Formats: sequence, C-alpha cells, structure tokens
Amino acid sequence: MEFRRKKDSLEISELDPFLAELLRQIPESTNTDGVEAAQQRIFSAPAGNSEPEFCAEWKIYVEPELRHLFRSATETVAADLEQLNGCTKPFANCTLSIPTANAEAWLNALNQARLAIAAKYNFSDGELCDHYRSPIGSRRDLGLFQINFYGFLQEFILHELNP
Amino acid sequence: MQSSFASSVENPVIEQESRTAEELDVPWQVVVHNDPVNLMSYVTMVFQKVFGLTKEKAEKHMLEVHQLGRSILWSGMRERAELYVQQLHGYLLLATVERTN
Repeated sequence: MEFRRKKDSLEISELDPFLAELLRQIPESTNTDGVEAAQQRIFSAPAGNSEPEFCAEWKIYVEPELRHLFRSATETVAADLEQLNGCTKPFANCTLSIPTANAEAWLNALNQARLAIAAKYNFSDGELCDHYRSPIGSRRDLGLFQINFYGFLQEFILHELNP
Repeated sequence: MQSSFASSVENPVIEQESRTAEELDVPWQVVVHNDPVNLMSYVTMVFQKVFGLTKEKAEKHMLEVHQLGRSILWSGMRERAELYVQQLHGYLLLATVERTN
C-alpha cells in the first residue's frame, strides 16, 4: 500500500483486496443501530448529571444536527469508495483517490467507525494500545485491526493536510 | 394634581429578581475528557480548529487530557461554552460544559 499527496487529492495505491474490503466497510462500521454503548459514545452527554434540562434540550435540538453531520460525512466517504467497485479483477490491487475537499469528512467517518467498533467490542485501554496484535482469529480481533487501520489512515490524512 | 410620573414613583412596582447563573455572569468552562480511541494528532487538530490555538498550545491541552484525564479549554459565558461543546461533539470528542467552581 502506498500513500501519495497529489495536487487536489490524497491517493492510496497498491491497495490489496483485504484492505480494500476494510475500506468498503467504513460506512457500515459507523452504524450504531442496536448497539447502546456505541450510541452513548457517539452521542455523549454535553454536561454532567447536575444539568438534566440542558441534556434533555440537547437531545431534542442538537443531536439531530449531529446525526445529520455524521450521516453527511459517511455519505461522502461512501461516494468516494465507489471507485473501489471499478476494480474489475477480484484479487487485483486497487487505487483510491480522496479529494482533499473531502478529507474532513473522511476524518469524521473514520472516527465514527473507530469509536463505534471500540464501543461494540468493549476494548480495554491495553488492547487499544496494542498495535501489533496478531493474528486475526475472531471477529473481535478483526475489529481491533480495523480500529488500528482506520487510525493509520487518519494519521496519513492529518499528516498530508498539515505537513 | 399629580402627574402620572409622580404616581408611578410613589407606587413603584417591585419586580422579583430571578436571575440565573449565566445572567449573573458566572463563568462556565468547556472541559474535554480523555478517550482512549481518539488519536492525539486528531485531538490536537480539533483544538486548533475549534479554538484557534497554536499547535504548541493545542498539544499542551491534548497532553493534559491524555495525562490528567481532562483539560479546561475555555471559560466564559454559558452560551458560547455550549457552542464550543457542540463543535467538539461534531468532531466526536468527549466534551462537557461545566459551571466554574
């Protein structure tokens, strides 16, 4: 896998089929439906227990705006990922081009996915810091790999935006 | 003969004061809490964007969050504090508005 900054885009080339599949899973990974812990993390309380009225108003007025923002970021990423469907050969390496104008949406969607997966599998701090854990033996292990891979992509985007 | 002005001065309407904390200008603070998932570089970038901090200052707050569990990013009027917290939630940081002790 290679990363390159072009004039108006960030390019990820030599993307093997496994990593391409993980990228395709970003939009789905942001889905928190039915996962209470993930919903609580993504839509965390804006104040402590001493401010129940404020928290209730926040749910009514602010949460819908946040949902719209998060959905919009995910849709932008999903649209960019359509490029991967152009990989006609099933085991060929792919190239993905992310317009720099969409970089913020990517950072947001990747963060949503990482937080949702971490909450879903209830990873400990120790597990989240273990970047070299292998091999992938379960869906949970794959979740940890996804968190690290998506974090790696975030680092790349951040680095390229602020060299 | 009394003017209406004099009459209102003689019988003033006394209003009860029911000022809330923000009207009394008690400062509120924006607190960001530690989160093991968010990347340090991402948190630094968010602090720079939302509060217009220099990279050095943003990193100082980020490290405070990381090492102490929380950092106070801003304090002032409640309404503005709420707006900052909303922006921080938009970036998926754990942030709360708190009354200054």
